[in-house]
Amino acid sequence: MIDAPDSVQLSSKRYDRARVEDFLYYEAQLLDAWKLEEWRDLFTADGRYVVPATDNPAGDVDMDLNLIDDDLVGLHGRVQRLMSTYAHIENPRSTTARVVSNVRLWDDDSGDLGVRCTVVVYRSRLPGTTSYVADVRYLLRPEDGSFRIAAKHAILGHHTLRDVGGVLSIIL
Amino acid sequence: MTGFAPRSSHVAEVVRIPGRETEFVRDLRSPNRFLVSRAVFTDETVLAREREEVFSKCWIYVGHVSEVPKPGDFVAREVAGRPVLFTRNSAGDVRVLLNSCSHRGAEVCRERRGNQRRFRCFYHSWSFNNDGQLVSMPDEEGFPEGFRKEDHGLAQPAAVGQYRGFVFLTFNEEAEPLTDYLADAKYYLDLTADQAADSVGMIVQPGTHEYSMRSNWKLLAENSSDGYHAIPVHKTYLDVQKSRGDQIAGSTDKDWKQSHAFDLGNGHTVTVKQAPWGRPIARWRPSMGDDTKATVEESYRRLVEVHGEERAQLIANLDFNMLIFPNLVINNIMAVIIRTFYPNTPGHMNVTAWSLAPADESPAARRVRNESFLSFLGPAGLATPDDNEALESCQRGYQSRPGQGWNDVSRGMDKADPPNWDELQMRTFWRRWDELMGGKA
Ligand code: FES
Ligand SMILES: [Fe+2]
Repeated sequence: MIDAPDSVQLSSKRYDRARVEDFLYYEAQLLDAWKLEEWRDLFTADGRYVVPATDNPAGDVDMDLNLIDDDLVGLHGRVQRLMSTYAHIENPRSTTARVVSNVRLWDDDSGDLGVRCTVVVYRSRLPGTTSYVADVRYLLRPEDGSFRIAAKHAILGHHTLRDVGGVLSIIL
Repeated sequence: MTGFAPRSSHVAEVVRIPGRETEFVRDLRSPNRFLVSRAVFTDETVLAREREEVFSKCWIYVGHVSEVPKPGDFVAREVAGRPVLFTRNSAGDVRVLLNSCSHRGAEVCRERRGNQRRFRCFYHSWSFNNDGQLVSMPDEEGFPEGFRKEDHGLAQPAAVGQYRGFVFLTFNEEAEPLTDYLADAKYYLDLTADQAADSVGMIVQPGTHEYSMRSNWKLLAENSSDGYHAIPVHKTYLDVQKSRGDQIAGSTDKDWKQSHAFDLGNGHTVTVKQAPWGRPIARWRPSMGDDTKATVEESYRRLVEVHGEERAQLIANLDFNMLIFPNLVINNIMAVIIRTFYPNTPGHMNVTAWSLAPADESPAARRVRNESFLSFLGPAGLATPDDNEALESCQRGYQSRPGQGWNDVSRGMDKADPPNWDELQMRTFWRRWDELMGGKA
């Protein structure tokens, strides 16, 4: 898990928060618009997208069972699936609106920029609307005046998926 | 490769089973039809009867011994809708205690898991040991004469049993022993447990998939071994595997070679096949990536060492989806999944699933397993969410004629040794269910 200490007031000496927020809002915009291929291409070649199990938020992401653990190959598969009309649970597609807040930065020892934020995703389908809330941590790598995602870990703020629609078929 | 094939598999059901017609199930002969009333998915009185006749009579899965490895370990969860504590007592024995204080009924434990010698109820501070005995309470002298602590332990199920690390309970005082109840399902539990060398055993990995479906629980019992739906519902999964280099034809007869469906007794069923996907134990496929090939081959070599070539072949290559009646699924497919589910209402169920792996698996092998598991399974996988949608869609569809209509479950009922994309497994479930429900003609 990307370690973002709770009791330290985080900040970056190298990056300005507004610039990072621009990037996060752009990512949210791509996801809300179902521009998933463009979203996938934000990841670096060694990129990884992880959602731990709801009962194991601080577990070992490598050895434990997560809900999602996609490397770039996994991301290609997930996006290929979601863009297909045969992804039945997302056909018709959910309408989503993401709200990104509480953005904090730190200069990570890895050399990447650490980012932690809170995301609320409203997800609506004909049978009903639900919302997911997540504590999301990123490792971002600067490139061409913007960033690429080297890692994205989304820790759900729910004890189970049962009261948030049952499953997680969208990207957080 | 067929695994264990019961004798019944050689004779078609319409020949070996007499026809029968009840309120809910029509098992008809000439013409051969198998129909299930849609009322069983929507009717409150059916669910009330299921709680009595099915969930309070059968053996029900609690958990795996690896979840409570040390004395004092406990897991709090719901089993058949009832809050229980799955513990290992100080002597090292596995116990199941009902999580409700003998005083006024509060839960004596509200943590999900941990290790402790005592469960102290927060309401009036009665304290129980991990055998469920009441050991202390404040102001003990205040209780009337003749009040004996030994009469006020935590209630327990009628019996608790385990087989190869899988722990079950029953609330039925007259239940047959667990090993009899499991009948021929034991053969497939053995194949699962034998994936690890005996001394190390299998473990449930940390990380639980706790999700839900707005559909009747019996639809999931059917769906978990429904080969007929795999291609229409899971096309996106198969396409993704194909684009990663696996040879998948996208047709049932080519992809599920030599498949079978067996009646294992007492309502338990299994479908066996050699499926097109890879398995961390121990069938490498290009989609798993070149860098994992050596790890998977090494894992197979170890199986041969422990079990010999013939059994290693079975353990490594036989894919199966098993339903242990009424609500335990153990699928040995692209990984091993343990899944159980329980109805809250006729149209809603909670589902809980775990991944079972050899305890001593290397990080490289575990990565293969996790990727393999998550590529298909789980509420955020590439396949399971579409099962949710299919089942919820059925449930919504039943509202079109409330309490009326019949589901057709006839495929393959006139065949000897039908394949997994026929429906013997579902009919076996339904016949047992109807029998327990006292289905009247
Ligand atoms: S209810 Fe538990 S001590 Fe009173
Ligand atoms: Fe399925």
